[in-house]
Amino acid sequence: MRRVFWMALTLAVSSFLIFGALQLAPGDPASFLLSGRSATPEAIAAIRERYHLDEPFLAQYWHWLGGVLTGDFGRSVQFRSDVGGLIASRVPVTLTLIAMAFLLIMVAGPLLGLLSAARPGRVDRSILVAGSVAVATPSFVLGFVLIAIFSVNLGWFPSMGAGEGLADRLHHLTLPAIALALTFAGVLARVSRSAMIEQLGQEYVTVARGRGVPERTVLRRHVLRGAMTVIVTYGGLLVPGLLVSTVLVETTFGVNGLGQLLQYSVTVKDFPVVQALTLLTVALFVLANLVVDLLAPLADPRVRNR
Amino acid sequence: MNTVVVRPGLRRLKGDGLRTAALVVIALLVLTAILAPLVAPADPDAIDLSATLAGPGGDHLLGTDASGRDLLSRVIHGARSGLLGPLGVVAISTVLGVLAGLTAAWHGGWVDTLLSRSMELVFAFPGLLLAMLVVAMYGPGQTGPMITLAVAYTPFVGRMVRGVARAEMGRPYIAAYRALGFGGLAICLRHLLPNIAPVILAQSTINFGYALLDLAGLSFLGLGVQPPAADWGAMINEGQTAVLMGALGPVLVPGVAIVLSVVAFNIVGESLADRVARR
Repeated sequence: MRRVFWMALTLAVSSFLIFGALQLAPGDPASFLLSGRSATPEAIAAIRERYHLDEPFLAQYWHWLGGVLTGDFGRSVQFRSDVGGLIASRVPVTLTLIAMAFLLIMVAGPLLGLLSAARPGRVDRSILVAGSVAVATPSFVLGFVLIAIFSVNLGWFPSMGAGEGLADRLHHLTLPAIALALTFAGVLARVSRSAMIEQLGQEYVTVARGRGVPERTVLRRHVLRGAMTVIVTYGGLLVPGLLVSTVLVETTFGVNGLGQLLQYSVTVKDFPVVQALTLLTVALFVLANLVVDLLAPLADPRVRNR
Repeated sequence: MNTVVVRPGLRRLKGDGLRTAALVVIALLVLTAILAPLVAPADPDAIDLSATLAGPGGDHLLGTDASGRDLLSRVIHGARSGLLGPLGVVAISTVLGVLAGLTAAWHGGWVDTLLSRSMELVFAFPGLLLAMLVVAMYGPGQTGPMITLAVAYTPFVGRMVRGVARAEMGRPYIAAYRALGFGGLAICLRHLLPNIAPVILAQSTINFGYALLDLAGLSFLGLGVQPPAADWGAMINEGQTAVLMGALGPVLVPGVAIVLSVVAFNIVGESLADRVARR
């Protein structure tokens, strides 16, 4: 209950700050919202009415918040359409991209961590070094390297766009998903490695080994499972980070999802779109924290069976 | 017991050899940034349309970009904004974080609650996102994102300082100084802060790498340092069309510079953190 309260408070304060950013922006809010467009007196009057700019600040915020809660995020000056609809039309592409990257991360991360923990020495060291480089590699740099190799040279994957239909879309989003996943997989590999090494030091692992349980079974039944709480926790918390990183990856691959929309809107100062996307990301962040807090213990059978 | 298992691999990896190599890389980067005009073989902005997208070797050691500019000279000059930006982020966030963390730890009570909750709130805003919000307000550039990222990084320093300072305050020497009649500010700055400085240094060094990545990302998006400036992120922004024409150099050269710098700062930061933890 306390958690839900803090979550609501965080969201309320965040939304207040994100709305207040409009007042902090240079110049008159009305002309700022119209930036890049010819500001006819009629257009200014329309925007003043739409955002209730003649009323006190708190009343403006109240109107805006009421709209947001009912799915009305205002109108995009640039696209001349509702922000809500604009965002909704971009969600499927980005969701597919994030899901593909998430799958890659959750498979590759723990697997490399397990390999690293189970084979100290050369294998462990190579994975650690590769992980350090992965964590330091920007997704867009990796993206261009992938484009150069697999699109330009080999022609296996397209270098641009999101594709039509399921198969084509997966084909288009494979390289972006890999570029998006690398850093996170590197961190997860490191996180699961330390969690598993901790498991390897536990008494029940020693006992299982002493009883002659095969090493593979020990690793699967005790080490991997014991590290599950950590893996699930990290996995949940990285989802908002993935959404933020889609800005870089979608720009690299020309994928018309939420990330590219944010990059474009910031460039042309389409403020209502920027506000809505910022608020959505913060909400996802807060939600992910809550879900992880509630779900992570369930990965532990001792808690689940109670 | 666990530490016994962890150590051998880690120590060999992050042992003296690798840390020394990382320190050398950082020293070279700093020297390159300071001496850029002396070290660079050519003018980073000199356009030569007769030698566009040249491969490595020959007149241009690392090749040229689509305007025939020398990539080596550009990447050398790029070390300036590449290091100055993160330095600004780390300097500001360290000062703010230390102030917030120490104040929270020393005062406790509602001051602590307020500061801790505020820092948690900032955690909900990823640095890159917050920086983009600010760019949407004030326009692109290096200063706005730098200050914004500093704010976004402050909780990482603040939360850690608060934790370490609270642990440190339980130790007898603090009570002794208090009994001697020293004021809170004097004890914090003259005695407590020096004792926790290594932890702060470790965290800030690691933050440096992340700030470098964020700033490079913003410049790549066209929201940070603007082309045609010789900045690593901006170079990648300009170089992306060349990739489709089969020339990876304009992206790869600044890309490798970014990766190398970040790896070096991470290794040094983590080995500092290791050393503190071992004490």
